[in-house]
Amino acid sequence: MTLAATAAGLVPGTAHLAAESRGFLSPTGVEIAFLLVGLVTLGAAVVTVTTRQLVHAALWLVVALGGLAVEYLLLTAEFIAWVQVLIYVGSVVVLLLFGLMLTRAPIGPSPDADSGNRWAALAVAVASAAALVWVVVDAFRATWMDLEGAPSGTTEVTGASLFQHWVLPFEALSVLLLAALVGAIVLSRKAKAASRAGAGAREGAPSPAGASPAGTAGEPTQPDTESPADKEGDR
Amino acid sequence: MNDVLDVTLRLLLVFVVFLTFPLIVGQTEHKVMAHMQGRVGPMYAGGFHGWAQLIADGVKFAQKEDVVPAGADRRVFQLAPAVALLPYLLVLLAIPIGPGEGAVGQVLDAGVFFVLAVMGVGVLGSLMAGWASANKFSLLGGLRTAAQLLAYELPMLLAAASVAMAAGTVSLTGILDAFEWWWLPWQITGALVFFIAGLAELQRPPFDMPVADSEIIFGAYTEYTGLRFALFLLAEYAGIVVLCGLTTVLFLGGWHGPWGADGLGWVWTLLKTAVLAFIVIWLRVTYPRLREDQLQKFSWTLLVPLALAQIALTGIVKVVFL
Repeated sequence: MTLAATAAGLVPGTAHLAAESRGFLSPTGVEIAFLLVGLVTLGAAVVTVTTRQLVHAALWLVVALGGLAVEYLLLTAEFIAWVQVLIYVGSVVVLLLFGLMLTRAPIGPSPDADSGNRWAALAVAVASAAALVWVVVDAFRATWMDLEGAPSGTTEVTGASLFQHWVLPFEALSVLLLAALVGAIVLSRKAKAASRAGAGAREGAPSPAGASPAGTAGEPTQPDTESPADKEGDR
Repeated sequence: MNDVLDVTLRLLLVFVVFLTFPLIVGQTEHKVMAHMQGRVGPMYAGGFHGWAQLIADGVKFAQKEDVVPAGADRRVFQLAPAVALLPYLLVLLAIPIGPGEGAVGQVLDAGVFFVLAVMGVGVLGSLMAGWASANKFSLLGGLRTAAQLLAYELPMLLAAASVAMAAGTVSLTGILDAFEWWWLPWQITGALVFFIAGLAELQRPPFDMPVADSEIIFGAYTEYTGLRFALFLLAEYAGIVVLCGLTTVLFLGGWHGPWGADGLGWVWTLLKTAVLAFIVIWLRVTYPRLREDQLQKFSWTLLVPLALAQIALTGIVKVVFL
C-alpha cells in the first residue's frame, strides 16, 4: 500500500519538473492531462490506504495502478504501460482479491481495518516519497522529453536499453524473484508437512482406543472448511 | 477534420462489430447446439429459422426488473457488468482484419501485450460481481474465476510470446506482416495452448466450473437480473469473438489466404474467426465440465510445459534455421 502511495506521490513531482523547464505559463495538453491523471492516481492511492472496506481498497488499488499505466502512456512508454496493466491489474490485484475472498472479505466496513501503526506507516511513506522525488528531481533536473517526436518508449527501444545497458540489474532481479519463488515453495511444503505430522500423531495415538473416524478425518481439513464459515460470520 | 472523421468512422465500425458479432455467435450457438443435439432450436421469432431470437431475448431482458440484493455492495454490484464487458470492446480496437494500416481500429506498438492485458482486466468484473452479490454461490464462483484466471493467464502469455518471438515484434499488424504459411505447423502447439487457455479464461465449457449452473447456479451472476445479466452474457460472447479473432491473427495468419489476399483479406479473417467460433460451440456440446482440481492440473502440468516447449522450439528454429 505504501508503495502505491509513494509511486503516486512521485507523479506530480515529475510533472512539475517537466513544466518548470519550459515554464509554467504555457503547459501543453499532454502536461495538463498528465497532472490531472496524476491527481486521480494520488487520490485513488490515498483512498486505498484509508478506506475501511477491504475489497474496496483492492478495487481502488486498481484505479491507482491503472492511473499509473495512463501516465506511462502519456510519456509514450507504451510497452511499460501495457505490462503495468498486465502484471499489476491483471495478476497482482486478482491474486489480492483471491486472497481476500478466500480468507475474509466482509461487505461493509471492517472495524479492525485500522492499524495502530498508522503514524509510523505515514512517516515511512512520506520519507520514501520524499527520497524518491528528491532522487528523480536530482537525476533528471534539466532533461526535457520530446513527446511530439518519435516515441521514445517503444518496445524496441525499451528492449534494447534493457538488454544492453541494464542486463545486470535485470538478471539480479530475476534471481531475487527465483529466490522468492523457492522460498514460497519451501514455506508451503513445511506447513503441509507439519499439518500432516500433526494429523498423523493424532491419528496414531487414539486409533488403538477406537477413536471415531470422523474426528481424525475432519481434523486436517479444518482450515479449509473454516474460512468460508468465518466469512459468513463476518457478514 | 479528415482525421477526426477517420477516427470517428473507425470507432463507429468497431462499435458496430462489437454490437453485432457477439449476437451472431449467440444465434449460431443456439442453432448449432440444437442441431448437434437433434433439435431445431429457435424457429419462431422473426420468421425465418428464428433469426430474431436474440433480439427478442434482449427485449425480454430489458423489460425485467433490475434487482440489487439488500445485502449487496450496491456500487460495486452495479459497476461489475461494465467492467466485464468494456475490455472486450477495447481489445476489438486493436485486432487487424486486413492488410495495411487501414484495416485496424488503432495500430498499437505493443499490440500483443495490450490485448492480453486488457482481456485480463475483464475478469475483474466477474470477481467484483462474485464478491458484491453477498451470496455464497457467487463468492464461490468469484473464487473459482480468480483461481482459473491465475492458472490460465500464464500459458496464454507464453504461447503468445512464442509467436512474438517468431515474428520478432509484439505488434499485431507486424506479426501478420511477417507471417509465412509454414508457421502453422511450427506454432501449432502454441496455437492449441493459446486457444484452450483462452477458452478457460472466458469460462466456456468445458472450463465453466466458475459458472457451473447445475452446482453453484451460475456462480458470480446468481444475483443478477435483467439488463445487467444480459451484459454479462454479452461479455461472454464478445469474449468468444475476441478470442477467435486473436487466435486467427496470432496463429492462423489473419488475412493471409491461399488466394485473393489483396482485396479480400478481411474475408479470410472473418472466415477463420467464424470457424474457430464454431469449434468453441462444438466443444461446449461435446465435452463434460472439468472438475476444479482437473482444471488446475490441466493448466499447470500440461499447458504450461507445452507452452514452454513451444517457446524452446521457436527459439531453436529461429536461431538455427532463420
